[in-house]
Amino acid sequence: MKITEKDVRYVADLAHLELSAEEIARFVPQLDEILGYMDKLNELDTTQVEPMAQVVYEQDELETLRADQDRPGFSQETALANAPDSGAGHFKVPRVIER
Amino acid sequence: MELKGLTIARVRGALESGETTAAALAGQVLAYAQQENRRNNAFLVFSPERAMAQAQRIDEMVKRRQPLPPLAGVPLAVKDVIVTRGLRTTCASRILANYVPPYDATAVRRLEEAGAVIVGKTNCDEFAMGSSSENSAYAPVRNPRDLERVPGGSSGGSAAAVAADMCVVALGSDTGGSIRQPASFCGVVGLMGTYGRVSRYGLVAFASSLDHIGPFGKTVRDAAALLEVMAGRDPSDSTSAAVPVPPYLAELDRPEARDLRGFRVGVPREYFAAGLDPEVGDRVHSSIERLRGLGADIRDIRLPHTDYAIACYYIICMAEASSNLARYDGVRYGVRSPRCRNLSLVECYRATRGEGFGPEVKRRIMLGTYVLSAGYYDAYYRKAQKVRALVARDFSEAFRDVDVIVTPVAPTPAFRLGEKTEDPLRMYLSDIYTITASLAGIPGISVPCGANGAGLPIGMQILARHFNEPAMLRAAQAFELFGAQ
Repeated sequence: MKITEKDVRYVADLAHLELSAEEIARFVPQLDEILGYMDKLNELDTTQVEPMAQVVYEQDELETLRADQDRPGFSQETALANAPDSGAGHFKVPRVIER
Repeated sequence: MELKGLTIARVRGALESGETTAAALAGQVLAYAQQENRRNNAFLVFSPERAMAQAQRIDEMVKRRQPLPPLAGVPLAVKDVIVTRGLRTTCASRILANYVPPYDATAVRRLEEAGAVIVGKTNCDEFAMGSSSENSAYAPVRNPRDLERVPGGSSGGSAAAVAADMCVVALGSDTGGSIRQPASFCGVVGLMGTYGRVSRYGLVAFASSLDHIGPFGKTVRDAAALLEVMAGRDPSDSTSAAVPVPPYLAELDRPEARDLRGFRVGVPREYFAAGLDPEVGDRVHSSIERLRGLGADIRDIRLPHTDYAIACYYIICMAEASSNLARYDGVRYGVRSPRCRNLSLVECYRATRGEGFGPEVKRRIMLGTYVLSAGYYDAYYRKAQKVRALVARDFSEAFRDVDVIVTPVAPTPAFRLGEKTEDPLRMYLSDIYTITASLAGIPGISVPCGANGAGLPIGMQILARHFNEPAMLRAAQAFELFGAQ
């Protein structure tokens, strides 16, 4: 077994995911099987291969840049419209600083 | 008017002759779609106000004898991972159950400017993660050809909606096959353009180096019509390509497009190996023979790294997904756990995401986090990026000798609901024929090429090199009009 319950808890922690005990138990063998399958890539010698991060095309260096000019954006009201909690023009979140 | 088999051309003809009005058609489509939806769950939400407002605008133009835009009055459905201003967009997830976007995706804006009438948002796998549309947090989509079977995924709702005549055309997204595979399962045309051909602005990101927006239609021509309207550089998407958009429809109308003389078609043996359902193999092989009958030069080719593509794809897409889905934390949009009242901020993130995401999404976020984590990044993510380069190279080498490549779309026709949900890896393995094109960034189209003994649709995939959608469309249309059984 490559993946243990400890690994699942660690990774869930990193990803800010709360999992129930039952979920953890179910995920351990699934993640183990999937990661085991990924080992297949080790059959390939890629020492001479450059990693391909994304599909890129030849184009003008300046193509993706625009003039540094002010443009209208969302109003504060629009930006806050979907917030679960807001007030005084801000997103409201649970307390961060402990007193 | 008769909704069955309705195409863009037929809608235009009906508007110009006065056989119907855009408003009457929209009303008829909405009524029918809402009724059918109870059986197949293709839609998550309908948009009658938006549809009627647009339809009335079109009818005004008809009345004033103004020239009509290319998609005037055409009923369009939009996959719910694509944002529509003022119209709830959930990505089929609980975590966005109440999200109302303040903007339209560029693709949506362009289609609406061309006259399309948006009838609603379609159901799909949550955050586009899945191959069956069973991962929707709301309801599984059912295949209109057999309601006990899946429509495919992740754009199952859009494919089903077109197949069931609940709209004329639809938008989906394709990351590893999510347009092409449901098109195959439902018996409609599904098109994924070259990466960067259609702006991703407004497509809720799953895997940013692999995501595409693309059209569904009943015919190759209708899919091409949508592509022509949507494609082209968008300053809001820095990965959208500044490559001019060819006149796809005009090229399809040329007399030379009626056959495939001089066309070189590659058939990769790796796509016809073990694991392929014999009936699917037979249908695709006899379709290839029909291409030969149209004058095509059929050639055996090799795509030697095919076997490694699934592992490569899933490492990359899960890594990118874990990053893209970090934003769903109950702060700026979406739902927040009611328990947050008594929790710290970090505990609130955990509770919100734990409650809001479904199991497949959680699996992928965790695996993505794992393969990017310290100590594993080189072994998994960087390794996968190198394998991606090899898969892409397979295609660029093959395209030196052929114009298009033809393969099956999926190893089987539509499977039964629940058949693959217990084993996530088994579900992933069924993506084998579609993910390679996504890794390489090349375009692909799925065209119906028959059915199996039980009447389940089978699709044929046609791939072309970057920005060679014209060759892909030409082969697809020639087959559809002059080659299909």
